[in-house]
Amino acid sequence: MEAIRRSIDLSYSFIVDLSMDQIRIDLTSSIVRVFLTLKVENTGASQASDVLLAFPPTEAEHLAIVKASTAEGKRKRKTYVPLSVNPTELPDAPNGARLFSISLRNPLKTGEAAVLEVLYIVTHCLEPFPVEISQSETQFVYYHDSATLLSPYHVMEQITYIKTPNNKVESYTRVDPTNRAGTELRYGLYHDLPPYSYSPIIVHFENNNPFAVVEELVREVEISHWGNLQVREHYKLKHAGARHKGVFSRVEYQSRPSISGVSSFKHLLARLPPRVHSVYYRDEIGNISSSHLRLGSQKSELEIEPRYPLFGGWKATFVIGYGLPLQDFLFESPDGRHYLNFSFGCPLLETVVDELTIKVVLPEGSKNPSSAVPFPVNQQLEVYYDFSPISMLAEPLMLVSAVFLFFIACIAYLHIDLSIRKS
Amino acid sequence: MGAKAENAVRPPSLAPSSSFPFPALRTLKLKTKQQELLIRVSALALIYVLAFAVRLFSVLRYESMIHEFDPYFNYRTTLFLTKNGFYEFWNWFDAESWYPLGRIIGGTLFPGLMVTAALIYRALRFLTFAVHIREVCVLTAPFFASNTTLVAYFFGKEIWDAGAGLAAAALIAICPGYISRSVAGSYDNEGVAIFALLLTFYFFVKAVNTGSLAWGLASAFGYFYMVSAWGGYVFIINLVPLYVLVLLITGRYSMRLYVAYNCMYILGMLLAMQIRFVGFQHVQSGEHMAAMGVFFLMQVFYFVDWVKYTLNDPKLFHSFLRITLTCSISVGALALGVGTATGYISPWTGRFYSLLDPTYAKDHIPIIASVSEHQPTAWSSFMFDFHILLFLFPAGLYFCFKRMSDATIFIVMYGLTSMYFAGVMVRLILVATPAVCLISAVAVSATIKNLTTLIRTKSKALQTVSSKGTSSLKASAKASLDQALPFQRNAALALLAGAFYLLSRYAIHCTWVTSEAYSSPSIVLAARGAHGGRVIFDDYREAYFWLRQNTPPDAKVMSWWDYGYQITAMGNRTVIVDNNTWNNTHIATVGRAMSSYEDEAYEIMQSLDVDYVLVVFGGVTGYSSDDINKFLWMVRIGGGVFPVIKEPDYLVNGEYRVDKGAAPKMLNCLMYKLCYYRFGELTTEYGKPTGYDRARGVEIGNKDVKLEYLEEAFTTSNWIVRIYKVKPPKNRW
Repeated sequence: MEAIRRSIDLSYSFIVDLSMDQIRIDLTSSIVRVFLTLKVENTGASQASDVLLAFPPTEAEHLAIVKASTAEGKRKRKTYVPLSVNPTELPDAPNGARLFSISLRNPLKTGEAAVLEVLYIVTHCLEPFPVEISQSETQFVYYHDSATLLSPYHVMEQITYIKTPNNKVESYTRVDPTNRAGTELRYGLYHDLPPYSYSPIIVHFENNNPFAVVEELVREVEISHWGNLQVREHYKLKHAGARHKGVFSRVEYQSRPSISGVSSFKHLLARLPPRVHSVYYRDEIGNISSSHLRLGSQKSELEIEPRYPLFGGWKATFVIGYGLPLQDFLFESPDGRHYLNFSFGCPLLETVVDELTIKVVLPEGSKNPSSAVPFPVNQQLEVYYDFSPISMLAEPLMLVSAVFLFFIACIAYLHIDLSIRKS
Repeated sequence: MGAKAENAVRPPSLAPSSSFPFPALRTLKLKTKQQELLIRVSALALIYVLAFAVRLFSVLRYESMIHEFDPYFNYRTTLFLTKNGFYEFWNWFDAESWYPLGRIIGGTLFPGLMVTAALIYRALRFLTFAVHIREVCVLTAPFFASNTTLVAYFFGKEIWDAGAGLAAAALIAICPGYISRSVAGSYDNEGVAIFALLLTFYFFVKAVNTGSLAWGLASAFGYFYMVSAWGGYVFIINLVPLYVLVLLITGRYSMRLYVAYNCMYILGMLLAMQIRFVGFQHVQSGEHMAAMGVFFLMQVFYFVDWVKYTLNDPKLFHSFLRITLTCSISVGALALGVGTATGYISPWTGRFYSLLDPTYAKDHIPIIASVSEHQPTAWSSFMFDFHILLFLFPAGLYFCFKRMSDATIFIVMYGLTSMYFAGVMVRLILVATPAVCLISAVAVSATIKNLTTLIRTKSKALQTVSSKGTSSLKASAKASLDQALPFQRNAALALLAGAFYLLSRYAIHCTWVTSEAYSSPSIVLAARGAHGGRVIFDDYREAYFWLRQNTPPDAKVMSWWDYGYQITAMGNRTVIVDNNTWNNTHIATVGRAMSSYEDEAYEIMQSLDVDYVLVVFGGVTGYSSDDINKFLWMVRIGGGVFPVIKEPDYLVNGEYRVDKGAAPKMLNCLMYKLCYYRFGELTTEYGKPTGYDRARGVEIGNKDVKLEYLEEAFTTSNWIVRIYKVKPPKNRW
């Protein structure tokens, strides 16, 4: 078997074969989830410590997350161990393909094989077509991808499954062998694919899932050492699906909910941390009186309804605010500094966030703030700062002294005779 | 506190407990005077808090939000003021309203309220209270209501005694007539204006009582604040000269009055001219001429007085008086005549006429008559807003006449004139409220004081009789008087209990009225659901927010003028007409469009660049103050300018109907079509045919409404607000 060879001057001086590769693409929501199962085999001469993943540039732009793990242990005690994934560069990558390298826990020796599970999520890659739909129409989208895996390696066997939300598929590209059964579309099995082989496919199918996109999310986290962590999140929400065209008829929407406005959505679910309190949901013009909060020990769920159902292209802005017990998120590091450990993620489920800003408001009197941002692995944010508990008393003392001075002033006014002559 | 101590020699009537020392107070070993002061101050502090707290029903029931219509404009301007600073605000030309005319905001509004709120906001920010400007705006009215109670206390003290002051403060704190305009969220001019009004009057009465230039100056500044806050300042500038005139006629002219009036008038006038909206009206408008006339009269009076003093000859003086009087009257009349004829002095405006003559607006200015708060007051709303004060008011007048002074004459005049105006227009009950409260407080205070004196003298007399056997002549006389009426003490006690009962009924009534009638924001509607739960109709905000988010930023929205302020403030879109009804023709154009057939309306809308049309429709929910019910006013106002629109075309035998028997023009006019578009397909109530209008209780007459030039853009979840998009003109080829 011929394997790809690379020049020696590259740091990736090993040769890997993908002996069996399975792609499962889940198109059942507005976000595309791709599960890769890679069986990698080192057919080169030297040890391999990294495995490369390649993405076409259009997909790489909208790549939200890449996670890799490897299964360890035998069948029943199988545990998945996460592996670190980092972007990398290769000079000879064709057409601007972007690469990520997965660092293996144990380098593969020549002839050894390993199974890797990769999950990556791509947003904004479902393109609505037709671009504008009326209220009674359903939403169809295009999905562009390749039937074969884009890979810098020689692929021996590969198969791609695409799962659509329902069996209404308008059209799909055939790259034989291709077949479709119900909601599943199968490309493959393909054999012996050369590196960077790419055979574009388009799937045109119905997808009425909420295409909720938060165009901008500003999150303010305010720390109060009196025991509260106040979070305020400003959302700019948009329905990013096919634009709504023509009339919005309330009577249709109310009386025929199954066929009218199926691609619109009217509520969203936010998953908040447990023990959340004083939740509010409002916008510039006041409280939005439609939300439900379910409190649980593991998580709290807030179901919010925007003021109006969102049709394609419609927007809504709102603010969600809540308080959290401080001890769940604020810790003291061994050197006496305080640090806040808080999630980056957006609490709204099935929602894409385009731009995220986090502001952390430290209490008055804090010193030396520094932050630890764990990107590109985007999970937890840490903010370190010095704080002496004395500063906590500053405001109460100011209040007390103000009241005290007021009383002193009153007493003084009552006792001092300001008249010039005695009456 | 020196002034307080002077009056404290006689214990105030409302706090009879001050003469029966509390055991706790006795341990503190306070002197009677100090006890009295303590009770007074704490009672006042409690009233202050009460006045604020009772106005918070709306915030607790709903949320911290701005209510109704006009407050939204005030809120929007306040936002602008805090964001862009005073000079930008002062020079603000608003292109978002009255499209395509625009409105010079800085020159056509009373800035007092916005500046006050902005100052409070700045002060709080300075003290590092990170409040939102909305919260400041929401709580401005309750805060000023609290301050009004303080002014009422001092005013009451000035006209009667400290007890009356306390009673006045307590009465005004919860009087529904005032609460109706000052609940939290009702961010309107009246909120601060009543405070300013009462403050001006208080300072003026104080100035008249003392003859002090300082109080006169204070009243001039109070007047300035009032002018900056509300158009109702015209009431001050006419009441004060009227009062002065009455004092002159009744021979109560004094140097104190001269100082007070001149200082207040001249300085107040100069200060008021600084408000752009008022400008030179003080010297040019007929409504302000009374003050100027009295001012000149006062000078003549002073001059005559001086001549009388120097002449020392009655005969000579009389002939002199005759000459001066004829001269001054003829000169005055001539000046007025020339001024009016040349147009320098503008004649009285329609609004002013409508105040004097309740029927004027109905015949001449439909736009004023169309507003519900401009209707003549029904006696039930007097009862609703004043409750027992309505009966205490005449009693208080009696006491005031009994103990006549400059101050009581003032309050009597204020009470009588404002009561007349309250009868003319519902909203002017507000102006009458402070006077009614003050005069009633006099009644309460005087009655209770008399009753308690009766009870106390009796017991004292008995004590003296028992201890000494023989007593002084006075005491024995009193004792014999008491013995002559054996049930007097019991009767007094019973009356006291009665008064207490009435006052507590008043408190209960006020709380009930506030919570039931005056605490609804009218933006959010609440109703009882089928299972007793509260159902909230938040349709207005749903629609406005939809406009704000999903229409082009330069879209022009046409609606009836009631919703103009709300659309600009909440929807952030340009409107054709709004609640500042300065251009009747423009409003009439909108009225005409609404009452024309669709194709005619389309031409009007095209000429006004209208992109969206917004109507309010209550047929699904049974919300009765919707556009169909306001429609006749649109016809009337439109027809007032454009005679093509005739009211009888929309009526059948003088009756207004929307069902099958309705007039054909009615069934096909734009407003009808927009309200009932596709309504015929909807079943609103079980057991009723489709298209059953719940607000009017009829099945609509035209169920098959077709729109040619407009299309439905948005309808809120309960159909209360419906927005239509005006289609672009069709291609000609």
